[in-house]
Amino acid sequence: MTHGAGGRAMAQLIEAIFQPALANDFLGQGNDQAVMPLPRSGRLAMSTDGYVVSPLFFPGGDIGSLAVHGTINDIAMSGAVPLYLSVSLIIEEGFPLADLDRIAQSMGAASRAAGVPVVTGDTKVVERGKADGLFISTAGVGVVPPGLVLSGDRARPGDRVVLSGSIGDHGIAILSSRENLEFETAILSDSVALHDLVAAMVAAAGPHLRLMRDPTRGGVAATLNEIAHQSGVGIVIEEGTIPVKSQVIAACDLLGIDPLTVANEGKLIAVVDPAGAGSLLAAMRAHPLGGEAALIGTVVEDDRHFVQMRTAFGGGRIVDWLAGEQLPRIC
Amino acid sequence: MRRKDRAVTREAIRLRGRVQGVGMRPFVFGLAERLGLVGFVRNDAEGVAIEVEGTAVEAFAAALRAEAPPLARIDALERRPLRSRGGDGFVIAPSGEGGRAATSIPADAATCDACLDDLFDPASRFYLYPFVTCTHCGPRFTITRAVPYDRSNTAMDGFALCPECDRAYRDPRDRRFHAEPIACPVCGPRLSHPVAEIVAALSAGRIVAVKGIGGFHLMCDALNEQSVAELRRRKAREAKPFAVMIANAVSLDRFAVPEAAHRDLIATPARPIVLMPLRPNILAPSVAPNLSRVGFLLPYAPLHHLIFHELAGRPQDRAWRNRALSVALVATSANPGGEPLAVEDDDARRRLAGIADLIVTHDRPILVRADDSVMAVAAAKPVFLRRARGFVPDPIDLGADGPCVLGVGAHLKATVTLTRGREAFVSQHIGDLDTVETVRFYHETVAHLSRVLDVTPDLIACDGHSDYGSTRYAEAFDRPLLRVQHHAAHLAAIAAEHQHRGPLLGVALDGHGRGDDGGNWGGEMMIVAGATWRRIGHLRPLALLGGDRAAREPWRMAVAALYALGRLDAVPALFPEIPLAAALAARVVAAPTTTSLGRLFDAASALLGLRTHQDYEGQAAMELEALVTAPRRLEGGFVLTGDTLDFTPLLAALAAPGIDCRAGAELFHGTLIAGLAAWIAGAASRQEMDCVALGGGCLMNCVLADGLAAALQERGLKPLLARAVPCNDGGLSLGQAAMARAWAAGSDS
Ligand SMILES: [Fe+3]
Ligand SMILES: [Mg+2]
Ligand SMILES: [Zn+2]
Ligand SMILES: [Zn+2]
Repeated sequence: MTHGAGGRAMAQLIEAIFQPALANDFLGQGNDQAVMPLPRSGRLAMSTDGYVVSPLFFPGGDIGSLAVHGTINDIAMSGAVPLYLSVSLIIEEGFPLADLDRIAQSMGAASRAAGVPVVTGDTKVVERGKADGLFISTAGVGVVPPGLVLSGDRARPGDRVVLSGSIGDHGIAILSSRENLEFETAILSDSVALHDLVAAMVAAAGPHLRLMRDPTRGGVAATLNEIAHQSGVGIVIEEGTIPVKSQVIAACDLLGIDPLTVANEGKLIAVVDPAGAGSLLAAMRAHPLGGEAALIGTVVEDDRHFVQMRTAFGGGRIVDWLAGEQLPRIC
Repeated sequence: MRRKDRAVTREAIRLRGRVQGVGMRPFVFGLAERLGLVGFVRNDAEGVAIEVEGTAVEAFAAALRAEAPPLARIDALERRPLRSRGGDGFVIAPSGEGGRAATSIPADAATCDACLDDLFDPASRFYLYPFVTCTHCGPRFTITRAVPYDRSNTAMDGFALCPECDRAYRDPRDRRFHAEPIACPVCGPRLSHPVAEIVAALSAGRIVAVKGIGGFHLMCDALNEQSVAELRRRKAREAKPFAVMIANAVSLDRFAVPEAAHRDLIATPARPIVLMPLRPNILAPSVAPNLSRVGFLLPYAPLHHLIFHELAGRPQDRAWRNRALSVALVATSANPGGEPLAVEDDDARRRLAGIADLIVTHDRPILVRADDSVMAVAAAKPVFLRRARGFVPDPIDLGADGPCVLGVGAHLKATVTLTRGREAFVSQHIGDLDTVETVRFYHETVAHLSRVLDVTPDLIACDGHSDYGSTRYAEAFDRPLLRVQHHAAHLAAIAAEHQHRGPLLGVALDGHGRGDDGGNWGGEMMIVAGATWRRIGHLRPLALLGGDRAAREPWRMAVAALYALGRLDAVPALFPEIPLAAALAARVVAAPTTTSLGRLFDAASALLGLRTHQDYEGQAAMELEALVTAPRRLEGGFVLTGDTLDFTPLLAALAAPGIDCRAGAELFHGTLIAGLAAWIAGAASRQEMDCVALGGGCLMNCVLADGLAAALQERGLKPLLARAVPCNDGGLSLGQAAMARAWAAGSDS
């Protein structure tokens, strides 16, 4: 690609790629902003996130679909119905147009499948070396139905913790493509938009729901620790209740990592008061994205906000919130 | 000519050290009476203050040291002449007030001979009483919640003294004068079950939980394979060795092949578990599978003696205590896998219900938990593997004053160290900070130690690893924080206990520590000086495949070794039963590396076909050590390139097909010793230093410690080993604290 001198030519090319891929009425207005009707009731939810992932294309997805799903999910975790997205791309000069096209198509497909349009966008091309291929930043807005209040500080002792499905798929898909790990059946990223599952959950157990979180970076371990600290409680999860695919376990064994710390992009954790746990679980299991939903633990009183895993043996192993790379601790 | 001691003189004598709660005042009182001296003795914040007057002051001063009570340790005896002022009689004066307490609680001590005489004397009011004690023995640290060490601050505060005990408590001529835990069958604690019932259960092959001094033991017949195997099954502890309690020191030879140093150590009042060579084919094989050394201990609570008395058939004579008995009991801490020792009765009943057939408790609470200490003999002298009951809270003299600091220890085998004045107080072994119970115990320990020492730290030091539980704890403090590289702390601990001033050359032979460069270190040569450290050499790195998994699965290190040898093709044949091996071999190029000697042991074990997976930490290395009779050196088995020590040729020999594993283990140890000695000697001459600290968990291996120390001595060097605290991560908090004190000194100037 040699559009170095012709910034204008480059901009046109990019527009020619993204406009049709993401096409919708709002984007088609061609203005510097999108103008949309106000929802009649409820409260507005808004979220923004940056996506840097290597490799850009991985089994089960790519950075484009990931950027759409990630922001939809962050909005949905408030119980909101996601309405609109925006996207901003930072592209390194020399980035292959074919790859850009694949990513644009993937974003469009993800957005259409989710029914959440990208209503405004921007692209910038930066000099070689100023960006690692491509960065995507998305923002979104949605509407929380009246009366529904989900927040990370609402977990109370006695509440139940529910997980929507098997963990570690995304992180292991990324790692195995990055490190050339080969498995008999490929592990695909679980990247998916969860707002439809959330809608089913709200319908089934709305008033009983305390909070929802998607366990992305840092995995289930980080998310549970965040909840414990934000709510000032402890959480006890039961070993053996957490669904993990056998290939994911094998990959984690190989790499020496704990599946609880591996990222997910299509799973959620919900905390629900015990009275709503049954109906919530039933609704989740009836949904295609929650077939493996499981009750994984209980919120407890704990002044030190420990998250612990109760083993079959009765002991309480601390589920840690690791600072960074998983350095050994056995001396 | 008049003899000097015929003249009447008066002196003030000050005793410092472990001089309170050990029977010092009644001893001083008795001595003064015997020598016809007048004056007084009293406890105060600095120790014991004495004034004596008479014609035998010189003899008195000499006898203070020579005849001091068994638990006393006089660190300083200062004398000052006074003008004589006469007086009649010698008195024990009320304790002096004022100043911050510089004394501490004594450590727990085994039942003394005089109390054993009472215990088995039908005429004594303490006959067969499981809580007999006096000023020379019994529980101390584990029953004390606060200072001063008075009965009201101990677990005995709920037991009102009966008239006879009260009289003994107040009589300076009685062995139980001010013995805080004093009790008798009339007024004291009671056992939940008759000894006969406990022994009947043990004899029938049952597993019995017994409340002891610092926690509960699980006991069973160590000669009954079925019982020991059942205990392993119920405890879900596959192979980690159990400690064995035997009746007395003369019975030792029935089960072990002790050296004189082992014999001395096992009989000390601290009563540690002592690792020593096992006499083969006597104990049940499941006691210590595949090991040649087993930990033995002697009874230290009256109940233990009563159990052996009953097992011996209730002999009526006194001599039975010195007769060899062929009975032996497994005595392992009653802690369900990884959790701290159970100490509370309800907790024990709940947690041990599925493990013990009988749970024996009593109504004297354990206020502070303390595991049995574990020791061994290395380079002819005692070393710690775990320091707890019997030693804590005895301080370690740092040789110089300094600020109060806290060293928070490592993540595994955690201890904490608090300093006060010139003394370092290393906590009892706490455990691995992986469970909520252990982390709570860790918090309690810091609080309890701060309380009984009456100090709060000005500075904190932690490890350089940010995911250690202890580091998290340190970060939550609002105090200046020094992060000390793991191996620098191992070496600083040795410098601290030996009071080494100035730069010190050392090698840390260890499992894993986070390096200053973020890497995985564990075979490091360093110079530590004050609060600084410099790495000047290391072992040649091997691939580290799968982080902590590599420490649990030695086969991974064998793959790394084969990669280093260019022999990855040998992997599938060596580990046909491990499907992951081929996959791991495929990514070894991209793996991070480690300089760890511990992982080199793992590689050797797996290459020799001894062990692919470990059931407990250090198993592969311990089993490898167990095969060694005489270490042998492989010519050309190591290469010294600059500051890097490379054992690749040795690994090649171990990977050779058909090598006998005994021969391999001896070659491995012999060549390690030779290589390390050459490496160290080279550096010592370049640095012009002759003292070398040897630290890190690998030195728990006695073949390595003995051999390396001897090899260095042959070369005219002076090896310094960890003697006062464990060489493993249990000693790390001391090194951190020492570094923090040097840091404070440096930032002051
Ligand atoms: Fe270490
Ligand atoms: Mg996010
Ligand atoms: Zn005694
Ligand atoms: Zn009494």
